[in-house]
Amino acid sequence: MLFATTAPNPKAYLIVAAVLFCIGAGGLLMRRNVIVMFMCVELMLNAANLTFVTLARIMGDIRGQAVVFFTMVVAAAEVVVGLGIIVSIFRSRRAVSAEDASLLKG
Amino acid sequence: MIDLVWLIPALPLLGFSLLLLTGKRIGEPVAGYIATAMTGGSFLLALGVFFDLLSRDGEERQVTVKLFDWLKVGQLDVKVAALVDPLAITMVLFVTGIGTLIHLYAIGYMHGDARFSRFFTYLNLFIFSMLCLVLADNFVLMFLGWEGVGACSYLLISFWFEKESAASAGKKAFVTNRVGDFGLMVGMFIMFNGAGSLTYLGVFKVADAGGFTRNAATAAALMLFLGACGKSAQLPLYVWLPDAMEGPTPVSALIHAATMVTAGVYLMMRCFPLLLVADPIVFTIIAWVGGLTALFAATIAVAQDDIKKILAYSTISQLGYMFLAIGMHANAAAAFHMITHAFFKALMFLGAGSVIHGMHDEQDVKRMGNLRKWMPITFFTYLAGWLAIAGVPPLSGFWSKDEILLSAYEGGGLGVTGAKVLWVVGLLTALLTAYYMSRQVFLVFFGKERFLHSVGSGFAPMHAEADTAADEHHANGPVTPHESPWQMTVPLIVLAGLAVVGGAMNLPFTKSLERLAVWLEPSVGTHEFVSSGSTKFVLAIIATACGLVGIFVARMFWLQRPLDANLALEPALLKRAYGVDALYSNIFEKSGYALANLVATVFDGKLIEGVVNGTGSLVKLVGGNARKAQTGFVRNYALVIAAGAVALLTYALVRTL
Repeated sequence: MLFATTAPNPKAYLIVAAVLFCIGAGGLLMRRNVIVMFMCVELMLNAANLTFVTLARIMGDIRGQAVVFFTMVVAAAEVVVGLGIIVSIFRSRRAVSAEDASLLKG
Repeated sequence: MIDLVWLIPALPLLGFSLLLLTGKRIGEPVAGYIATAMTGGSFLLALGVFFDLLSRDGEERQVTVKLFDWLKVGQLDVKVAALVDPLAITMVLFVTGIGTLIHLYAIGYMHGDARFSRFFTYLNLFIFSMLCLVLADNFVLMFLGWEGVGACSYLLISFWFEKESAASAGKKAFVTNRVGDFGLMVGMFIMFNGAGSLTYLGVFKVADAGGFTRNAATAAALMLFLGACGKSAQLPLYVWLPDAMEGPTPVSALIHAATMVTAGVYLMMRCFPLLLVADPIVFTIIAWVGGLTALFAATIAVAQDDIKKILAYSTISQLGYMFLAIGMHANAAAAFHMITHAFFKALMFLGAGSVIHGMHDEQDVKRMGNLRKWMPITFFTYLAGWLAIAGVPPLSGFWSKDEILLSAYEGGGLGVTGAKVLWVVGLLTALLTAYYMSRQVFLVFFGKERFLHSVGSGFAPMHAEADTAADEHHANGPVTPHESPWQMTVPLIVLAGLAVVGGAMNLPFTKSLERLAVWLEPSVGTHEFVSSGSTKFVLAIIATACGLVGIFVARMFWLQRPLDANLALEPALLKRAYGVDALYSNIFEKSGYALANLVATVFDGKLIEGVVNGTGSLVKLVGGNARKAQTGFVRNYALVIAAGAVALLTYALVRTL
């Protein structure tokens, strides 16, 4: 209750989420290191999570928060698979640059 | 007895199967005797059926014997059934009778041939097909036999297929006959369309009841006649028959003189009720085609040197006579001539075969001469055939030819255009026939022995492949003619007897003596000659005079003058048979080749291959360009996804605005 009056406008969280998402997307497109790219993906996922939570709050609807749990579970699974792939790339090439893994091309 | 009629074609079929399976093991000469026995058995059975029919009244002489259902598709109901009537049995009798004699002859003629039993396999298959053709009670089964004899003809013409000319002669016969068969099939379609049935009796019942429109009947009749022209070697489809002489001589005698080539005549006689409801122009066309073929072929025969080619053109000419008679509604006369012609022409072919055999495969009449000294039996039997075809009374050819000429003389009364002209054409043909046959006889059996000088010069062994070192009979060396073995002379003697007395079956003096005409009446109807007795007598005198003139002219030139003095009588145009072969090959072969070439290069090479290959190249082109989108760089894919997301969002935003 103490901070209730000073609670920021919920829309500010949306802006933060948008900024986070853009940083993630930009990093994904521009960086070569697979691990960094992976982190960017995580950033984008969490930006989306933040958006969900914020909108749940604004609209007073609990379902937005529920979706976030699904996202987190999927993201955890994705990390397992993704890190596995990265390790295997590293093992075969001794490097983790995305530019090196471009054999699958037309 | 009539119920056993199916045995008549079954016996040769049995012989065929037997020889096909075991022919090689049976070998010479037993295979030949088996085949002969089968055909002979058919002949005896046919005799039995004949006497059974004779014992019945005229109206009951038409029996359909059904064996089994064959095709049952919708309206089409075809049975394997025999129509036993006087016409069919007449055909069966002379096919099997002459067939037996020629089978026996072939045992002697084909002696030493490497494919001896194969030859008799084909011969029996031919007899079966021919019997199928004449006994069938419907057009479809008849067509089966029709094609069967065509196939056997092909197989037997090119029996010595090692020879290029024999192989291509077989093909020529087959292809030329396809033209006629096309007509026959179209005719059958028209009849089925009009009558809803393809049995003879069914079609003719509808025809009699006026079920065909005149145009349909005319079209069907003309199409059937086209088929007959192909099989019976009439203008313009006659070209295959002279080449068919490449086959062994028994084949020429059996198939290309006595039996198969008369199938067209048989078809026309059989379909006479249909012809009657067609436009009368059909009869005029038949008569003119027959008459012109008779004259045309006779003029060519005048200048031929090959003993068999002369007979081949003569056969075409005589078949023309038969069609002439049918054009004049004189079916009985056509049948009469068909039978007597089968006797004397088979006789002469077999005689020619005996000469060729005795002369060790020499066929050029100008290299023969005085063979009567060396081959007396062949000579005397050949004499009978010669006088018969020349129309010397009282031999068989005189009577039958006379009836045809008489029918042509009276034909104007039946509405045949130009019947009198055709009568003159027939007389001219008779003169030419007597002339070229006499020329042949004089060159072969009289005069100097020219073969004594020509040994080794142009000597070409005909079945060289068949000759083995052990076969001294065909060995090369000085030519000494010899008389043929009994298997060959016995058929000659029998046929000579028939050629002499064959006319007795149809003598024009009283109605009761026209036995053949009376007998055939239930099948082909009647045809009354209107001329008085004295007119007939005068006409007969004129016809006989024509024949005698021909003989005497030939005697003057070919017996009393040296050979070289007569070259002017044989212009190159006639030797080349008017160049019809070259003309056909120029028109059809070259244009056909050009057309095929065009199709092969333009249609197939450009269009079809263009479409097929074009599809391939198009896919390759599109794929080659599209695959460049797959760079393998993750960031490119991510960019595309991002761009897609942006585009979707933009769209969503723009829509809400």
